[in-house]
Amino acid sequence: MTPSLQALGAIVAKDLRTELRTMRSLPAMILFAVTTFIIFRFGLDRTALSGSLASGVVWTTLLFAAVLGINRIFLPEREEGGFDAFRLAPVDRPVLFVAKATVLFLYLVVLEVIVVPVFAVFFLNDWSGLVPLIPVLLLTNLGFAALGTLISSMAVNSRARDLLVPLLLLPLVVPLMIAATGATSPLLDSGGPSFDKFGTWLLVLGLYDGVFCLVGYAVFDFLLED
Amino acid sequence: MNGAADNAIRLRGLDREYGDRAALSGVDLDLPSGASLAVLGPNGSGKSTLLRILATLLRPSRGEVSVLGSSLPDEAWKLRGRIGFLGHEPLLYEDLTGRENLEFQARLYGLPREEASARIESDLDLLGMSRRAGYRVSDYSAGMKQRIAICRAVLHRPALLLLDEPDSNLDPEGREAARALIGHPKEIGWASGMTVTRVAVSHDPERAKAEADQVLELAIGVGA
Repeated sequence: MTPSLQALGAIVAKDLRTELRTMRSLPAMILFAVTTFIIFRFGLDRTALSGSLASGVVWTTLLFAAVLGINRIFLPEREEGGFDAFRLAPVDRPVLFVAKATVLFLYLVVLEVIVVPVFAVFFLNDWSGLVPLIPVLLLTNLGFAALGTLISSMAVNSRARDLLVPLLLLPLVVPLMIAATGATSPLLDSGGPSFDKFGTWLLVLGLYDGVFCLVGYAVFDFLLED
Repeated sequence: MNGAADNAIRLRGLDREYGDRAALSGVDLDLPSGASLAVLGPNGSGKSTLLRILATLLRPSRGEVSVLGSSLPDEAWKLRGRIGFLGHEPLLYEDLTGRENLEFQARLYGLPREEASARIESDLDLLGMSRRAGYRVSDYSAGMKQRIAICRAVLHRPALLLLDEPDSNLDPEGREAARALIGHPKEIGWASGMTVTRVAVSHDPERAKAEADQVLELAIGVGA
């Protein structure tokens, strides 16, 4: 195993172990998402949703739940000196970006494994669109993870980080949300899933992911400077 | 080899400013490889700033800085993994145990698992932390954190030790035990067969001078 891969594995394992021990991020993300679905259920006064409305509800909820995780992803490094320890180690700095994006991606997968079925129970009469939804969820998660890690690393040293993360993240995430909702909407149609422009939207998601993975990898070195 | 090449640290006209405030001004230093330097001075004289510059954690504002033959800040990447840094913060994750922190550090530095394990147990034993290394760092006293932080700073067997008040929070027994890991380079047990240079910031001039071959005294905003 190369030193970079070993360091990547060490950081991911450390973060997952810490999360399992402290439950600081995931329970909050899950609780937020479930509560939001309940509010939508009673706020919209609908027992079933389909098409663009269903797509909007599920992605709005997942986006704001993800912001909770994004806000916290670098806190141990900031508060416990992990940035300094990492900068002293013989590891390429973008490894930290990849490791944190991986952790965030895994958080989002766990979140969705739990809350998407809850969404289906609350709002869907037909669950057959959920299987083709999986690649949309995974590609969108990758975009969230890359952009979220980048924004979080920029905001973590600011006292106003809780404000900065959504302010910086939300405008940049608009293209990702347009593509995610565009791909999801026909999958959740009341008459069963259709695949209208599905491939195009997946391509847009993939391009977005590629751009922000590359940007994050390229600029992360500079973000760790004093 | 000329004298400059034998120096582990060479500073010429080092300045560092925070906004309008000068933290270091015109610091010159030649420290030979294998020597021990004590950095003394009142609060606010830039001792910690100097250490962070040498550790590549801060950029100098002006001046020449050469550490272990690498010019800073341009060649900072060459020094990664060669410096053992013990700062005011222990650089330990509070929700991991002491041993888990050291194992994490060992993986970051690419140490083979068996070698890392042997070093961790040996260093923990030297500092009397073997039995308590399984507790979370958040449950440690300040002195226990300092002992684990010392183990962390030397785990990768660095060529340059940068120590910011290494005795802080340690009881007399702990200070004595720590000498085997971070004392004068000639006393360090793990350093046999390698040249280790040591820079230690201290508020205790008598003790610091006893462990030093050379002394750098800093005044507020001025180098000496």
